[in-house]
Amino acid sequence: MEFFQRKRRNILPGFGLSMGYTVFYLSAIVIVPLSMIFFNTIPMGWEPFFHAVTAPRVLASYRLSFSTALFAALFDGVVGLLTAWVLVRYRFPGKQFLDALVDLPFALPTAVAGICFATLYSPVGWLGETLSKWNIEIINSPTGIVVALIFIGFPFVVRTIQPVLEEVEQEIEEAAQCLGATRWQTFRKILLPHLFPALLTGSTLAFARGIGEYGSVIFIAGNLPMKTEIAPLMIMSKLDQFDYPGASAVALVLLLISFSMLLLLNAVQEWQQKEYR
Amino acid sequence: MLKQPIPESAPIVKKRISDPLPVQIVLIGLTLLFFIGFIFLPLGLVFAQAFSKGWEYYLESIREPYALEAVKLTLTTVAIVVPLNAFFGVTAAWAITKFNFKGKATLKTLLDLPFAVSPVIAGLIFVLLVGSRTPFGSWLGEQGIKIIFSTPGIVIATLFVTFPFVARELIPLMEAQGRDEEEAALTLGARGWQIFGKITLPNIRWGLLYGMILCSARSIGEFGAVSVVSGHIRGQTNTIPLHVEILYSEYNFAASFAVASILVFLALLTVGVKVTLEKQFQKNSFHH
Repeated sequence: MEFFQRKRRNILPGFGLSMGYTVFYLSAIVIVPLSMIFFNTIPMGWEPFFHAVTAPRVLASYRLSFSTALFAALFDGVVGLLTAWVLVRYRFPGKQFLDALVDLPFALPTAVAGICFATLYSPVGWLGETLSKWNIEIINSPTGIVVALIFIGFPFVVRTIQPVLEEVEQEIEEAAQCLGATRWQTFRKILLPHLFPALLTGSTLAFARGIGEYGSVIFIAGNLPMKTEIAPLMIMSKLDQFDYPGASAVALVLLLISFSMLLLLNAVQEWQQKEYR
Repeated sequence: MLKQPIPESAPIVKKRISDPLPVQIVLIGLTLLFFIGFIFLPLGLVFAQAFSKGWEYYLESIREPYALEAVKLTLTTVAIVVPLNAFFGVTAAWAITKFNFKGKATLKTLLDLPFAVSPVIAGLIFVLLVGSRTPFGSWLGEQGIKIIFSTPGIVIATLFVTFPFVARELIPLMEAQGRDEEEAALTLGARGWQIFGKITLPNIRWGLLYGMILCSARSIGEFGAVSVVSGHIRGQTNTIPLHVEILYSEYNFAASFAVASILVFLALLTVGVKVTLEKQFQKNSFHH
């Protein structure tokens, strides 16, 4: 297949026009604006840059964004796998309804999610009232941030696992069962390794999204310096003080983290494709 | 026209291996528990809060002038952003899927770039590019053009954030469809625009529609990026989500959730349309 495609000549019209417009639009909307981050950090010089990104408050915000996104991604990995399993394997009333609602976090504006969770877990909220009786604080704490990020990242995991799980051949499981494996052994030794690349991809997507998330988090986080101030909020507050180089420096580090996550993801997907061959 | 359903596979009923019933019940129960905590309760809360001061207050909240201005600004943004990004999406998908060239993989990665960028950074880059404190921005200001803290800024930031949506829907679809039909049309003497209008466009219409719906949904709901470039001027640069935020921070929860309920309704509509389009997709590929 690939062999034939490589030999194939381009005979359809419109290559110059469509390619030219694509490159022009991509540069105007994405590349040139993004490069402004570099143009604003390079004149800073190494020392002030290092100073800006290692200030205690900034470091605390990186640590917070990173760890909350990680916890949320792990939780999403478990719940996402569970949901995908239930939606693909079982039949029960309301299944299609649940399946459709998996996409809600994609479609719902982040600010709406933010005010929902903040109200739900406030000391007088539907869940917060009961939780505060047990001295569990969700709002104004890192736990609250994790809750918001779990919601945001959930569809990424379900939607990457679902198609893979649907294509698993029943024969593999039947063979394992004939050979005397229990249901749990079949799951752990046959299915889980097969689903693992998709699980990793989905969780990485959720993680990458969680690091940069803003709208759903700021309402529930309380935004206390050093405690519940996420990295994107640091950029925001530096911008409010017109500290453009500082904001760019913090943004550059955040961008580098997200891009390396993407690269890692590409590597995972390549590895996944090799597995199938 | 009614069509007889055709059985999917051979009529031999094969028993699927399945988990024991108690396991099924526990797993479904756990999933439901998650959905209740993370989907149903938040959704229910929006409407409970929105109507907490009664119908009249609800209607008043969504009909007051500032709310209407916010709706108007959001709709203006969508009306500009969606066609531009849809046109780009089709063009990019045509270039990428109908031709072979070097650097295709890199180009595809670059198209996805905005997804990896935090919304706040998406706003920041336009402040750095055309904000009043930058050389280009101050020059524009001298010409009387204001971008940041006004509608154009909101539009560009939204363009950036929703940039990949249409292209991302179309590229896998058009890759799967290949170029045989277009090439056949070419050999039969069709011109470029004829090929596109009569072969490609009908083939991709559902994907294009879905991409545009995703693009609109995100344009309506974008918060972080817009929040950086808007300046939060009531009645002028407030979009619907920013209006929700302002009402919320003023402790006017009933009004805030009332306006938010419009957004929830639109989100549910998006999800519903997706299900419908997927069914349409399956039907279409079934007839091929």
